Amino acid sequence: MTKTVVKNLVKGPATLMYPKKKRFFTKITRGSVEIDIQKCIFCGICSKRCPTYAIVVTKVTKECKEWEIDRLKCCACNLCVEVCPKKCLSMTNQYTPPARDRTAGIHKQIFTGPEILTGKEEEHS
Amino acid sequence: MAHKNIIPFGPQHPVLPEPIHFDLVTEDEKIVDAIPSISYVHRGLERLVEKRDFIDFVHIADRICGLCSFMHCMGYCQAVEEVMGIQVPERALYLRSIWAELARIHSHIFWLGVSADAFGYESLFMQSLRLRELVLDIIEETTGGRVIFGSCKVGGVRRDIDSETLKGLVARLTNMKADLDELTSVFINDYSIQHRLVGVGFFSKEDAYTLGCVGPMARASGFALDMRTLGYAAYKFLEIEPVVEYGGDCYARCLVRIREIFQSMDLIRQAAGKISEGPIDVKVKGTPNGEYFSRVEQPRGEVIHYVKGNGSKFLQRFRVRVPTFTNIPGMIKVLKGSQVADVPNIILTLDPCISCTER
Repeated sequence: MTKTVVKNLVKGPATLMYPKKKRFFTKITRGSVEIDIQKCIFCGICSKRCPTYAIVVTKVTKECKEWEIDRLKCCACNLCVEVCPKKCLSMTNQYTPPARDRTAGIHKQIFTGPEILTGKEEEHS
Repeated sequence: MAHKNIIPFGPQHPVLPEPIHFDLVTEDEKIVDAIPSISYVHRGLERLVEKRDFIDFVHIADRICGLCSFMHCMGYCQAVEEVMGIQVPERALYLRSIWAELARIHSHIFWLGVSADAFGYESLFMQSLRLRELVLDIIEETTGGRVIFGSCKVGGVRRDIDSETLKGLVARLTNMKADLDELTSVFINDYSIQHRLVGVGFFSKEDAYTLGCVGPMARASGFALDMRTLGYAAYKFLEIEPVVEYGGDCYARCLVRIREIFQSMDLIRQAAGKISEGPIDVKVKGTPNGEYFSRVEQPRGEVIHYVKGNGSKFLQRFRVRVPTFTNIPGMIKVLKGSQVADVPNIILTLDPCISCTER
Protein backbone atom coordinates (compact mmCIF):
# COMPACT_ATOMS: atom_id res chain seq x y z
CA MET A 1 0.00 0.00 0.00
CA THR A 2 2.89 2.39 0.80
CA LYS A 3 4.14 1.89 -2.73
CA THR A 4 0.73 2.88 -4.10
CA VAL A 5 0.61 6.00 -1.93
CA VAL A 6 4.04 7.15 -3.13
CA LYS A 7 3.11 6.36 -6.74
CA ASN A 8 -0.08 8.40 -6.43
CA LEU A 9 1.79 11.39 -5.02
CA VAL A 10 4.34 11.34 -7.84
CA LYS A 11 2.08 10.50 -10.77
CA GLY A 12 -0.64 13.07 -10.17
CA PRO A 13 -4.33 12.49 -10.77
CA ALA A 14 -5.51 9.38 -12.62
CA THR A 15 -8.56 11.15 -13.92
CA LEU A 16 -8.67 13.30 -17.05
CA MET A 17 -8.89 17.03 -16.33
CA TYR A 18 -11.96 17.03 -18.49
CA PRO A 19 -12.98 20.44 -19.81
CA LYS A 20 -9.33 21.50 -20.04
CA LYS A 21 -8.13 18.30 -21.64
CA LYS A 22 -10.28 16.88 -24.39
CA ARG A 23 -11.48 13.29 -24.16
CA PHE A 24 -10.65 11.40 -27.34
CA PHE A 25 -13.06 8.74 -28.42
CA THR A 26 -12.09 5.73 -30.46
CA LYS A 27 -13.09 5.56 -34.11
CA ILE A 28 -15.81 3.03 -33.46
CA THR A 29 -17.30 4.61 -30.33
CA ARG A 30 -21.06 4.70 -30.66
CA GLY A 31 -21.85 8.36 -29.98
CA SER A 32 -24.80 9.74 -31.93
CA VAL A 33 -26.68 9.02 -35.14
CA GLU A 34 -26.35 11.49 -38.02
CA ILE A 35 -28.22 11.54 -41.32
CA ASP A 36 -27.30 12.62 -44.84
CA ILE A 37 -30.81 13.84 -45.70
CA GLN A 38 -30.03 14.18 -49.42
CA LYS A 39 -29.54 10.45 -49.81
CA CYS A 40 -32.55 9.46 -47.68
CA ILE A 41 -35.53 7.89 -49.44
CA PHE A 42 -37.80 8.10 -46.37
CA CYS A 43 -38.58 4.39 -46.36
CA GLY A 44 -39.06 4.46 -42.59
CA ILE A 45 -37.21 1.20 -41.87
CA CYS A 46 -35.06 2.95 -39.24
CA SER A 47 -38.12 4.16 -37.37
CA LYS A 48 -39.79 0.74 -37.48
CA ARG A 49 -36.75 -1.17 -36.26
CA CYS A 50 -35.57 1.33 -33.59
CA PRO A 51 -35.70 -0.45 -30.18
CA THR A 52 -36.58 2.75 -28.33
CA TYR A 53 -38.86 4.35 -30.96
CA ALA A 54 -36.52 7.35 -31.06
CA ILE A 55 -36.80 7.93 -34.82
CA VAL A 56 -39.91 9.33 -36.52
CA VAL A 57 -40.16 9.55 -40.30
CA THR A 58 -43.08 11.56 -41.71
CA LYS A 59 -44.10 12.44 -45.21
CA VAL A 60 -45.97 15.74 -44.79
CA THR A 61 -46.55 16.28 -48.52
CA LYS A 62 -44.96 14.79 -51.61
CA GLU A 63 -42.20 17.40 -51.48
CA CYS A 64 -41.87 17.99 -47.76
CA LYS A 65 -40.58 15.06 -45.75
CA GLU A 66 -39.21 14.95 -42.24
CA TRP A 67 -36.75 12.74 -40.38
CA GLU A 68 -36.68 13.25 -36.65
CA ILE A 69 -34.63 11.71 -33.85
CA ASP A 70 -34.97 12.12 -30.11
CA ARG A 71 -31.38 11.87 -28.93
CA LEU A 72 -32.43 11.47 -25.31
CA LYS A 73 -34.38 8.33 -26.24
CA CYS A 74 -31.72 6.93 -28.59
CA CYS A 75 -29.70 4.12 -27.01
CA ALA A 76 -26.96 4.25 -29.68
CA CYS A 77 -27.34 0.58 -30.59
CA ASN A 78 -26.33 1.17 -34.23
CA LEU A 79 -29.27 -0.88 -35.56
CA CYS A 80 -30.70 1.93 -37.75
CA VAL A 81 -27.29 2.42 -39.34
CA GLU A 82 -27.09 -1.29 -40.13
CA VAL A 83 -30.55 -1.61 -41.65
CA CYS A 84 -30.55 1.61 -43.72
CA PRO A 85 -30.89 0.54 -47.38
CA LYS A 86 -29.31 3.74 -48.75
CA LYS A 87 -26.56 3.95 -46.08
CA CYS A 88 -27.47 7.57 -45.41
CA LEU A 89 -27.32 7.09 -41.63
CA SER A 90 -24.00 7.09 -39.84
CA MET A 91 -22.77 6.75 -36.29
CA THR A 92 -20.43 9.51 -35.14
CA ASN A 93 -18.07 9.01 -32.24
CA GLN A 94 -19.10 12.17 -30.39
CA TYR A 95 -21.75 12.13 -27.72
CA THR A 96 -24.48 14.75 -27.87
CA PRO A 97 -24.23 17.56 -25.31
CA PRO A 98 -26.35 17.36 -22.16
CA ALA A 99 -29.76 19.02 -22.26
CA ARG A 100 -31.97 20.70 -19.68
CA ASP A 101 -35.40 19.61 -20.88
CA ARG A 102 -36.79 16.61 -22.70
CA THR A 103 -37.55 18.40 -25.97
CA ALA A 104 -33.97 19.66 -26.38
CA GLY A 105 -32.91 16.23 -27.56
CA ILE A 106 -35.20 16.26 -30.59
CA HIS A 107 -33.38 16.95 -33.84
CA LYS A 108 -35.36 17.33 -37.02
CA GLN A 109 -34.12 17.26 -40.60
CA ILE A 110 -36.47 18.50 -43.31
CA PHE A 111 -36.26 17.56 -46.96
CA THR A 112 -38.17 20.03 -49.15
CA GLY A 113 -37.92 18.78 -52.70
CA PRO A 114 -34.97 17.72 -54.85
CA GLU A 115 -34.06 21.30 -55.99
CA ILE A 116 -33.55 22.93 -52.62
CA LEU A 117 -31.52 20.39 -50.68
CA THR A 118 -31.40 22.11 -47.33
CA GLY A 119 -30.23 19.57 -44.78
CA LYS A 120 -30.61 22.22 -42.12
CA GLU A 121 -31.07 21.20 -38.55
CA GLU A 122 -33.86 22.60 -36.42
CA GLU A 123 -33.88 22.44 -32.70
CA HIS A 124 -37.05 22.52 -30.66
CA SER A 125 -36.76 24.45 -27.47
CA MET B 1 -35.34 -13.94 25.36
CA ALA B 2 -34.77 -10.61 23.69
CA HIS B 3 -37.51 -8.57 22.15
CA LYS B 4 -37.89 -9.03 18.39
CA ASN B 5 -37.36 -6.00 16.19
CA ILE B 6 -37.77 -5.53 12.46
CA ILE B 7 -35.09 -3.44 10.78
CA PRO B 8 -35.77 -2.41 7.19
CA PHE B 9 -32.69 -2.66 4.95
CA GLY B 10 -32.87 -1.03 1.52
CA PRO B 11 -34.09 -0.37 -1.16
CA GLN B 12 -32.03 2.79 -0.68
CA HIS B 13 -28.89 1.97 1.29
CA PRO B 14 -25.33 3.31 0.99
CA VAL B 15 -23.83 -0.11 0.27
CA LEU B 16 -26.43 -1.21 -2.26
CA PRO B 17 -25.77 -0.19 -5.83
CA GLU B 18 -29.23 -1.36 -6.80
CA PRO B 19 -32.60 -1.53 -5.01
CA ILE B 20 -33.48 -4.63 -3.03
CA HIS B 21 -35.36 -4.59 0.25
CA PHE B 22 -34.92 -6.81 3.30
CA ASP B 23 -36.94 -6.89 6.47
CA LEU B 24 -34.43 -8.08 9.02
CA VAL B 25 -36.02 -9.65 12.09
CA THR B 26 -33.53 -9.16 14.90
CA GLU B 27 -33.08 -10.21 18.46
CA ASP B 28 -30.60 -7.78 19.99
CA GLU B 29 -27.86 -7.62 17.35
CA LYS B 30 -28.54 -11.06 15.95
CA ILE B 31 -30.65 -11.66 12.86
CA VAL B 32 -33.20 -14.43 13.23
CA ASP B 33 -34.99 -14.00 9.92
CA ALA B 34 -34.77 -12.02 6.71
CA ILE B 35 -37.66 -11.37 4.34
CA PRO B 36 -36.59 -10.14 0.91
CA SER B 37 -38.75 -8.16 -1.48
CA ILE B 38 -37.80 -7.31 -5.03
CA SER B 39 -39.38 -5.65 -8.09
CA TYR B 40 -38.38 -2.03 -7.61
CA VAL B 41 -36.91 -1.76 -11.11
CA HIS B 42 -39.09 -4.14 -13.11
CA ARG B 43 -39.15 -3.13 -16.78
CA GLY B 44 -41.00 -5.96 -18.48
CA LEU B 45 -38.25 -6.75 -20.96
CA GLU B 46 -39.32 -10.37 -21.39
CA ARG B 47 -42.72 -9.32 -22.69
CA LEU B 48 -41.10 -7.04 -25.28
CA VAL B 49 -40.08 -10.16 -27.20
CA GLU B 50 -43.61 -10.30 -28.59
CA LYS B 51 -43.26 -6.83 -30.10
CA ARG B 52 -39.69 -6.92 -31.43
CA ASP B 53 -38.54 -9.34 -34.08
CA PHE B 54 -36.00 -11.89 -32.95
CA ILE B 55 -33.04 -10.18 -34.61
CA ASP B 56 -33.74 -6.74 -33.13
CA PHE B 57 -34.38 -8.21 -29.70
CA VAL B 58 -30.62 -8.81 -29.33
CA HIS B 59 -30.26 -5.11 -28.52
CA ILE B 60 -32.86 -5.39 -25.78
CA ALA B 61 -31.27 -8.57 -24.39
CA ASP B 62 -28.02 -6.60 -24.32
CA ARG B 63 -29.60 -4.03 -22.05
CA ILE B 64 -31.05 -6.35 -19.41
CA CYS B 65 -28.15 -5.46 -17.17
CA GLY B 66 -25.05 -3.29 -17.33
CA LEU B 67 -22.37 -5.47 -15.80
CA CYS B 68 -23.23 -8.74 -17.51
CA SER B 69 -24.71 -7.30 -20.71
CA PHE B 70 -22.60 -9.35 -23.09
CA MET B 71 -23.50 -12.65 -21.46
CA HIS B 72 -27.22 -11.95 -21.76
CA CYS B 73 -26.76 -11.11 -25.40
CA MET B 74 -24.65 -14.21 -26.00
CA GLY B 75 -27.07 -16.49 -24.14
CA TYR B 76 -30.02 -15.20 -26.15
CA CYS B 77 -28.15 -15.51 -29.46
CA GLN B 78 -27.01 -19.05 -28.58
CA ALA B 79 -30.58 -20.09 -27.82
CA VAL B 80 -31.95 -18.66 -31.08
CA GLU B 81 -29.07 -20.20 -33.06
CA GLU B 82 -29.78 -23.62 -31.55
CA VAL B 83 -33.48 -23.33 -32.37
CA MET B 84 -32.72 -22.36 -35.97
CA GLY B 85 -29.81 -24.77 -36.38
CA ILE B 86 -27.27 -22.10 -37.29
CA GLN B 87 -23.59 -23.07 -37.28
CA VAL B 88 -21.64 -20.09 -35.95
CA PRO B 89 -18.13 -19.69 -37.45
CA GLU B 90 -15.26 -20.59 -35.14
CA ARG B 91 -13.74 -17.11 -35.16
CA ALA B 92 -17.00 -15.64 -33.94
CA LEU B 93 -17.07 -18.17 -31.09
CA TYR B 94 -13.57 -17.16 -30.05
CA LEU B 95 -14.42 -13.46 -30.19
CA ARG B 96 -17.51 -14.09 -28.07
CA SER B 97 -15.39 -15.86 -25.46
CA ILE B 98 -12.84 -13.04 -25.41
CA TRP B 99 -15.52 -10.39 -24.89
CA ALA B 100 -17.28 -12.50 -22.29
CA GLU B 101 -14.05 -12.81 -20.31
CA LEU B 102 -13.40 -9.06 -20.61
CA ALA B 103 -16.88 -8.50 -19.20
CA ARG B 104 -16.11 -10.89 -16.34
CA ILE B 105 -12.86 -9.06 -15.53
CA HIS B 106 -14.54 -5.66 -15.42
CA SER B 107 -17.45 -6.96 -13.40
CA HIS B 108 -15.22 -8.65 -10.82
CA ILE B 109 -12.91 -5.64 -10.45
CA PHE B 110 -15.98 -3.48 -9.97
CA TRP B 111 -17.22 -5.90 -7.33
CA LEU B 112 -13.88 -5.71 -5.50
CA GLY B 113 -14.20 -1.93 -5.46
CA VAL B 114 -17.78 -1.89 -4.25
CA SER B 115 -17.07 -4.42 -1.52
CA ALA B 116 -14.07 -2.36 -0.38
CA ASP B 117 -16.39 0.63 -0.21
CA ALA B 118 -18.88 -1.41 1.85
CA PHE B 119 -16.37 -2.14 4.58
CA GLY B 120 -15.23 1.43 4.60
CA TYR B 121 -12.01 1.24 2.59
CA GLU B 122 -12.68 4.02 0.12
CA SER B 123 -9.16 4.45 -1.24
CA LEU B 124 -9.16 0.79 -2.26
CA PHE B 125 -12.44 1.41 -4.07
CA MET B 126 -10.78 4.19 -6.08
CA GLN B 127 -7.76 2.00 -6.87
CA SER B 128 -10.05 -0.78 -8.10
CA LEU B 129 -12.01 1.52 -10.35
CA ARG B 130 -8.79 2.89 -11.81
CA LEU B 131 -7.84 -0.61 -12.91
CA ARG B 132 -11.33 -1.25 -14.23
CA GLU B 133 -10.97 1.82 -16.43
CA LEU B 134 -8.15 0.10 -18.36
CA VAL B 135 -10.46 -2.81 -19.14
CA LEU B 136 -13.26 -0.45 -20.15
CA ASP B 137 -10.85 1.26 -22.57
CA ILE B 138 -10.09 -2.10 -24.20
CA ILE B 139 -13.81 -2.81 -24.46
CA GLU B 140 -14.48 0.59 -26.03
CA GLU B 141 -11.72 0.14 -28.58
CA THR B 142 -12.94 -3.30 -29.66
CA THR B 143 -16.72 -2.96 -29.51
CA GLY B 144 -17.57 0.76 -29.61
CA GLY B 145 -19.36 0.79 -26.27
CA ARG B 146 -17.93 1.03 -22.78
CA VAL B 147 -20.44 -1.08 -20.88
CA ILE B 148 -23.08 -2.12 -23.39
CA PHE B 149 -21.05 -4.06 -25.96
CA GLY B 150 -23.63 -4.42 -28.73
CA SER B 151 -21.24 -6.68 -30.61
CA CYS B 152 -23.10 -9.99 -30.59
CA LYS B 153 -25.79 -10.91 -33.08
CA VAL B 154 -27.74 -13.95 -34.16
CA GLY B 155 -25.38 -15.89 -36.41
CA GLY B 156 -22.06 -14.48 -35.21
CA VAL B 157 -20.59 -11.18 -34.08
CA ARG B 158 -20.87 -7.65 -35.47
CA ARG B 159 -17.24 -6.61 -35.27
CA ASP B 160 -13.94 -8.29 -35.83
CA ILE B 161 -10.80 -7.71 -33.78
CA ASP B 162 -7.75 -7.69 -36.04
CA SER B 163 -4.69 -9.67 -34.96
CA GLU B 164 -2.65 -6.52 -34.14
CA THR B 165 -5.28 -5.25 -31.72
CA LEU B 166 -5.67 -8.71 -30.25
CA LYS B 167 -1.94 -8.92 -29.53
CA GLY B 168 -1.98 -5.41 -28.03
CA LEU B 169 -4.98 -6.36 -25.92
CA VAL B 170 -3.21 -9.39 -24.45
CA ALA B 171 -0.07 -7.30 -23.83
CA ARG B 172 -2.08 -4.63 -22.02
CA LEU B 173 -3.79 -7.22 -19.85
CA THR B 174 -0.40 -8.74 -19.02
CA ASN B 175 0.90 -5.29 -18.01
CA MET B 176 -2.18 -4.82 -15.87
CA LYS B 177 -1.44 -8.04 -14.03
CA ALA B 178 1.27 -6.42 -11.84
CA ASP B 179 -1.08 -3.65 -10.70
CA LEU B 180 -3.83 -6.17 -10.14
CA ASP B 181 -1.51 -8.35 -8.07
CA GLU B 182 -0.77 -5.39 -5.87
CA LEU B 183 -4.45 -4.53 -5.51
CA THR B 184 -5.61 -8.06 -4.78
CA SER B 185 -2.81 -8.67 -2.28
CA VAL B 186 -4.47 -5.98 -0.15
CA PHE B 187 -7.74 -7.92 -0.26
CA ILE B 188 -5.98 -11.18 0.56
CA ASN B 189 -3.51 -10.05 3.23
CA ASP B 190 -4.86 -6.91 4.88
CA TYR B 191 -5.63 -7.44 8.55
CA SER B 192 -8.73 -5.24 8.73
CA ILE B 193 -10.26 -6.83 5.61
CA GLN B 194 -9.66 -10.31 7.00
CA HIS B 195 -11.22 -9.17 10.25
CA ARG B 196 -14.40 -8.18 8.41
CA LEU B 197 -14.59 -11.19 6.09
CA VAL B 198 -13.04 -14.32 7.58
CA GLY B 199 -15.64 -16.56 9.21
CA VAL B 200 -18.48 -14.16 8.36
CA GLY B 201 -21.52 -15.56 6.56
CA PHE B 202 -20.55 -19.21 6.48
CA PHE B 203 -22.35 -21.30 3.89
CA SER B 204 -21.88 -25.05 3.68
CA LYS B 205 -21.56 -27.14 0.53
CA GLU B 206 -24.77 -29.05 1.35
CA ASP B 207 -26.70 -25.80 1.69
CA ALA B 208 -25.26 -24.52 -1.59
CA TYR B 209 -26.47 -27.71 -3.24
CA THR B 210 -29.94 -27.93 -1.69
CA LEU B 211 -30.73 -24.23 -2.08
CA GLY B 212 -29.60 -24.27 -5.70
CA CYS B 213 -26.85 -21.69 -5.47
CA VAL B 214 -24.73 -20.90 -8.50
CA GLY B 215 -21.59 -19.02 -9.41
CA PRO B 216 -18.96 -17.78 -6.96
CA MET B 217 -21.42 -18.30 -4.08
CA ALA B 218 -21.47 -22.07 -4.76
CA ARG B 219 -17.81 -22.29 -5.78
CA ALA B 220 -16.66 -20.63 -2.54
CA SER B 221 -18.36 -23.47 -0.63
CA GLY B 222 -16.42 -26.11 -2.54
CA PHE B 223 -19.11 -26.87 -5.10
CA ALA B 224 -17.44 -26.91 -8.53
CA LEU B 225 -20.23 -25.56 -10.69
CA ASP B 226 -19.07 -23.63 -13.73
CA MET B 227 -21.13 -23.56 -16.92
CA ARG B 228 -18.05 -22.78 -18.99
CA THR B 229 -17.06 -26.43 -18.58
CA LEU B 230 -20.12 -27.30 -20.70
CA GLY B 231 -18.16 -25.92 -23.62
CA TYR B 232 -20.39 -23.27 -25.12
CA ALA B 233 -18.83 -20.62 -27.40
CA ALA B 234 -15.07 -21.26 -27.63
CA TYR B 235 -14.66 -22.72 -24.16
CA LYS B 236 -14.60 -26.20 -25.68
CA PHE B 237 -11.24 -25.31 -27.25
CA LEU B 238 -9.77 -23.73 -24.11
CA GLU B 239 -8.40 -25.27 -20.95
CA ILE B 240 -10.67 -24.33 -18.13
CA GLU B 241 -10.96 -25.52 -14.59
CA PRO B 242 -13.54 -24.11 -12.15
CA VAL B 243 -12.06 -21.93 -9.42
CA VAL B 244 -13.04 -23.57 -6.13
CA GLU B 245 -12.48 -22.47 -2.55
CA TYR B 246 -13.54 -24.45 0.49
CA GLY B 247 -13.90 -21.78 3.17
CA GLY B 248 -17.58 -21.00 2.51
CA ASP B 249 -17.31 -17.57 4.15
CA CYS B 250 -17.22 -14.04 2.75
CA TYR B 251 -13.42 -14.23 2.48
CA ALA B 252 -13.63 -17.37 0.32
CA ARG B 253 -16.15 -15.70 -1.99
CA CYS B 254 -13.77 -12.76 -2.31
CA LEU B 255 -10.88 -15.13 -3.11
CA VAL B 256 -12.92 -16.93 -5.79
CA ARG B 257 -13.58 -13.66 -7.60
CA ILE B 258 -9.95 -12.57 -7.35
CA ARG B 259 -8.73 -15.86 -8.77
CA GLU B 260 -11.34 -15.69 -11.52
CA ILE B 261 -9.96 -12.35 -12.72
CA PHE B 262 -6.57 -14.00 -13.31
CA GLN B 263 -8.25 -17.04 -14.83
CA SER B 264 -10.14 -14.81 -17.28
CA MET B 265 -6.90 -13.10 -18.29
CA ASP B 266 -5.38 -16.50 -18.93
CA LEU B 267 -8.41 -17.55 -20.99
CA ILE B 268 -8.12 -14.42 -23.14
CA ARG B 269 -4.43 -15.18 -23.69
CA GLN B 270 -5.27 -18.76 -24.67
CA ALA B 271 -8.05 -17.65 -27.01
CA ALA B 272 -5.84 -15.02 -28.66
CA GLY B 273 -3.25 -17.72 -29.32
CA LYS B 274 -5.68 -20.23 -30.79
CA ILE B 275 -7.98 -17.97 -32.80
CA SER B 276 -7.99 -18.73 -36.52
CA GLU B 277 -8.83 -16.55 -39.51
CA GLY B 278 -12.23 -16.87 -41.08
CA PRO B 279 -15.67 -15.33 -41.40
CA ILE B 280 -17.25 -13.77 -38.32
CA ASP B 281 -20.90 -14.31 -39.13
CA VAL B 282 -23.34 -16.31 -41.24
CA LYS B 283 -26.45 -15.07 -42.93
CA VAL B 284 -29.63 -15.82 -41.02
CA LYS B 285 -32.48 -17.24 -43.05
CA GLY B 286 -35.93 -18.26 -41.88
CA THR B 287 -37.56 -17.86 -38.52
CA PRO B 288 -37.15 -19.76 -35.23
CA ASN B 289 -39.57 -22.59 -34.59
CA GLY B 290 -38.94 -24.59 -31.44
CA GLU B 291 -37.59 -24.07 -27.97
CA TYR B 292 -34.22 -24.16 -26.26
CA PHE B 293 -32.61 -23.60 -22.86
CA SER B 294 -29.24 -21.93 -23.16
CA ARG B 295 -26.93 -21.97 -20.14
CA VAL B 296 -24.18 -19.38 -19.84
CA GLU B 297 -21.79 -18.57 -16.99
CA GLN B 298 -22.13 -14.93 -15.99
CA PRO B 299 -19.81 -13.18 -13.51
CA ARG B 300 -22.48 -13.92 -10.90
CA GLY B 301 -23.20 -17.50 -11.90
CA GLU B 302 -25.26 -19.55 -14.26
CA VAL B 303 -27.89 -17.74 -16.32
CA ILE B 304 -30.56 -19.62 -18.26
CA HIS B 305 -32.21 -18.15 -21.32
CA TYR B 306 -35.33 -19.91 -22.47
CA VAL B 307 -36.51 -19.13 -25.99
CA LYS B 308 -39.64 -20.43 -27.65
CA GLY B 309 -40.48 -19.60 -31.24
CA ASN B 310 -43.60 -20.50 -33.21
CA GLY B 311 -42.33 -20.02 -36.73
CA SER B 312 -43.14 -16.31 -36.93
CA LYS B 313 -40.75 -13.36 -36.76
CA PHE B 314 -41.77 -12.69 -33.18
CA LEU B 315 -40.79 -15.15 -30.48
CA GLN B 316 -43.57 -16.56 -28.37
CA ARG B 317 -41.75 -16.64 -25.06
CA PHE B 318 -38.44 -15.48 -23.67
CA ARG B 319 -37.47 -16.15 -20.10
CA VAL B 320 -34.31 -15.36 -18.18
CA ARG B 321 -33.44 -17.15 -14.95
CA VAL B 322 -30.64 -15.04 -13.51
CA PRO B 323 -28.01 -16.05 -10.92
CA THR B 324 -28.98 -13.44 -8.33
CA PHE B 325 -32.54 -14.75 -8.22
CA THR B 326 -31.46 -18.29 -7.50
CA ASN B 327 -28.90 -17.10 -4.93
CA ILE B 328 -31.45 -15.17 -2.83
CA PRO B 329 -32.60 -18.27 -0.81
CA GLY B 330 -28.93 -18.95 -0.05
CA MET B 331 -28.45 -15.34 1.00
CA ILE B 332 -31.37 -15.58 3.46
CA LYS B 333 -29.92 -18.78 4.89
CA VAL B 334 -26.59 -16.99 5.42
CA LEU B 335 -28.21 -13.90 6.93
CA LYS B 336 -29.99 -15.93 9.63
CA GLY B 337 -27.79 -16.02 12.67
CA SER B 338 -25.41 -13.31 11.56
CA GLN B 339 -24.80 -9.91 13.15
CA VAL B 340 -26.53 -6.74 11.92
CA ALA B 341 -23.16 -5.09 11.24
CA ASP B 342 -22.18 -7.92 8.89
CA VAL B 343 -25.30 -7.65 6.73
CA PRO B 344 -23.81 -5.28 4.11
CA ASN B 345 -20.79 -7.55 3.67
CA ILE B 346 -22.89 -10.69 3.34
CA ILE B 347 -25.24 -9.15 0.81
CA LEU B 348 -22.37 -7.74 -1.22
CA THR B 349 -20.33 -10.95 -1.30
CA LEU B 350 -23.29 -12.48 -3.10
CA ASP B 351 -22.83 -9.71 -5.69
CA PRO B 352 -26.53 -8.99 -6.22
CA CYS B 353 -27.52 -7.70 -9.63
CA ILE B 354 -31.06 -6.46 -9.24
CA SER B 355 -31.50 -5.20 -12.80
CA CYS B 356 -30.99 -8.76 -13.99
CA THR B 357 -33.27 -10.19 -11.32
CA GLU B 358 -36.20 -7.99 -12.23
CA ARG B 359 -35.67 -7.55 -15.95
